[in-house]
Amino acid sequence: MRAYLTYLSKRLVQFAVVVFVGINITYLVTHMTPINPVEQSISAATTYGATSPEAIEMMRQSLRQLYGLEGTPWEQYVSFWKRVLVGDFGPSLSAFPTPVSQLILRALPWTVGLLLVSTLLTWILGNLLGGLAGYYRNSRILKAFGVLSMGIHPIPYYVVAFVLLIIFGFLWPVLPISGGATMASDRSNTLAFALDVVVHSILPVLSLMAVGIGGWFMGMRALVSNIVTEDYVVYAELAGVNRGKILRSYVMRNALGPQVTGLALQLGAIFNGAIITEQVFGYPGVGSLLISAVHAGDYSLVLGITTVSIVAVSATVLLIDLLYPLIDPRVEAR
Amino acid sequence: MNTLRILRDLFRYNGEFAIGLMLVLIVLAVAACSFFSPYPPMDVYVVPPDVPPSWEYPLGTTSRGQDVFWQLTFAIRNTLLFGIVVAALSRVISLLVGLISGYKGGWVDRVLMSINDTFVVVPLFPILVLFYFIMRDQMTWAMLAIITALLGWAYDARLIRSIAMSLRTREFTRQAVFSGMSTRKIVLQEHLPFVLPIVFSTTMNNINWSIGIEVTLSVLGFTDINTPTIGGMIYWANQHTALVSGIWWWITFPVLLVIMLFIGLFLLAISMNEYIDPRSRLSRLGGAA
Repeated sequence: MRAYLTYLSKRLVQFAVVVFVGINITYLVTHMTPINPVEQSISAATTYGATSPEAIEMMRQSLRQLYGLEGTPWEQYVSFWKRVLVGDFGPSLSAFPTPVSQLILRALPWTVGLLLVSTLLTWILGNLLGGLAGYYRNSRILKAFGVLSMGIHPIPYYVVAFVLLIIFGFLWPVLPISGGATMASDRSNTLAFALDVVVHSILPVLSLMAVGIGGWFMGMRALVSNIVTEDYVVYAELAGVNRGKILRSYVMRNALGPQVTGLALQLGAIFNGAIITEQVFGYPGVGSLLISAVHAGDYSLVLGITTVSIVAVSATVLLIDLLYPLIDPRVEAR
Repeated sequence: MNTLRILRDLFRYNGEFAIGLMLVLIVLAVAACSFFSPYPPMDVYVVPPDVPPSWEYPLGTTSRGQDVFWQLTFAIRNTLLFGIVVAALSRVISLLVGLISGYKGGWVDRVLMSINDTFVVVPLFPILVLFYFIMRDQMTWAMLAIITALLGWAYDARLIRSIAMSLRTREFTRQAVFSGMSTRKIVLQEHLPFVLPIVFSTTMNNINWSIGIEVTLSVLGFTDINTPTIGGMIYWANQHTALVSGIWWWITFPVLLVIMLFIGLFLLAISMNEYIDPRSRLSRLGGAA
């Protein structure tokens, strides 16, 4: 228990460092450039519609506060942090005066749901098949799967997305190719709505899975084929232990450690991964929000999304790290 | 001489290496063609638009009146160059951090590794978008390469550190320390040669990673879209809704070529990894692993 507490406090400190450095990077990026972001984003935002002079003045005020362009450099820095820590990124410019935090909160469940499901499915399937392929080395089907997934693996995921779009959009239109749910759907009927969401997510999830599965498959296969030659496995086999039990409790369990670390990093990369997928399938997540924010010149929204992703990503990694000792007791000892 | 023999053996006994090398060489040949292009890369409407692949225009022409083949030679050259520049720059950082952190240990290691872990975890893509968003028209190709390199070294630095840590406990390091070698000399002359093979294989992966970033950013239009790159070609094709209007050759050939590059570099990387790890090499040669 004591060891776990030491481990816990170490990870918490690291989490704080990561968030601190990450947000400082965004601060530096926004402040070290010679461009005046406030005037630039106001001119970008006002070209998209007629905005009253009062609204423009409000935008200018909130932007100046947000970037802390008032006071000494130190005061600027402190005021930036104060606002970031309470999640106040001011009003969005392109959807004025909706607060940025509200827009992000609306988009976040879509992205997290899509990526959590596809990442976990990919991880489970890839490790299961990879483990089997490492243990039953002579299986033709598993060998063929290995070649196939290795071929698809290096292809950029959005290319797969385009291909799926062509197949299911033009050649064989059975699945919805755009959006997160049917626009006019009745959201009070929970079951029907959930089903609608699932159907809409099939293609994006498929495009993400097709590319991701090969990496886990190959990693697990290599790990397992190393473990299979270890003495304790050979001994168990000679002693006549049930092969299924050997695979489950002796081989797979011991190979899982590095794969869990990988899963943590993969979950961390959630925000990097799906931006084009969301764009291609018109999925209403954070990626689509970020793209439209960039195109609309919505400075506060872009800054808000960047900051939220840094915090969310570090929090995910922290969470996995804290669960890690449950799988691999050796971690605590270090 | 030794290197040549290794290469020949790899080519003969390792199918992945042979296929990977072939694919990369084809891509390099296409890139080299750009030096003989009859059209300047930035010009539009130099040939009739929307012509399907024919003898005169082997890969067809775009809706912007560019010959797809010659455009592609410039695009792949820039994309490839981007990957190489990023990989080279980030290799220098990851080698420095990894070797020093692994050799020094103690608080130097702790400080460097907490910076390192930050860069592993921080979501790079939104930060790159943020950079583009602020720089806009000032965001040149070279600028993007430098920023990407500064963001892309962390993962490999950890790998190099783990090797340096094991090198530190070896006899020859102790001997070097006792005979009065400076840290700089030990790290550069004694440890670097052991790390280099790993660096080569991570370079391939890093090139792939940075090309992926470049293509992703350009497909969305978040880079200098006037410099021809693979992502830039896909961007313009999407802008002209090429797939819907049936100009498939505009999008298919860049995608095919970049997939060839991806698979080629990927195969090179894994075959090199295998060469470095003798256990898997033995099992390939038929011996017991």
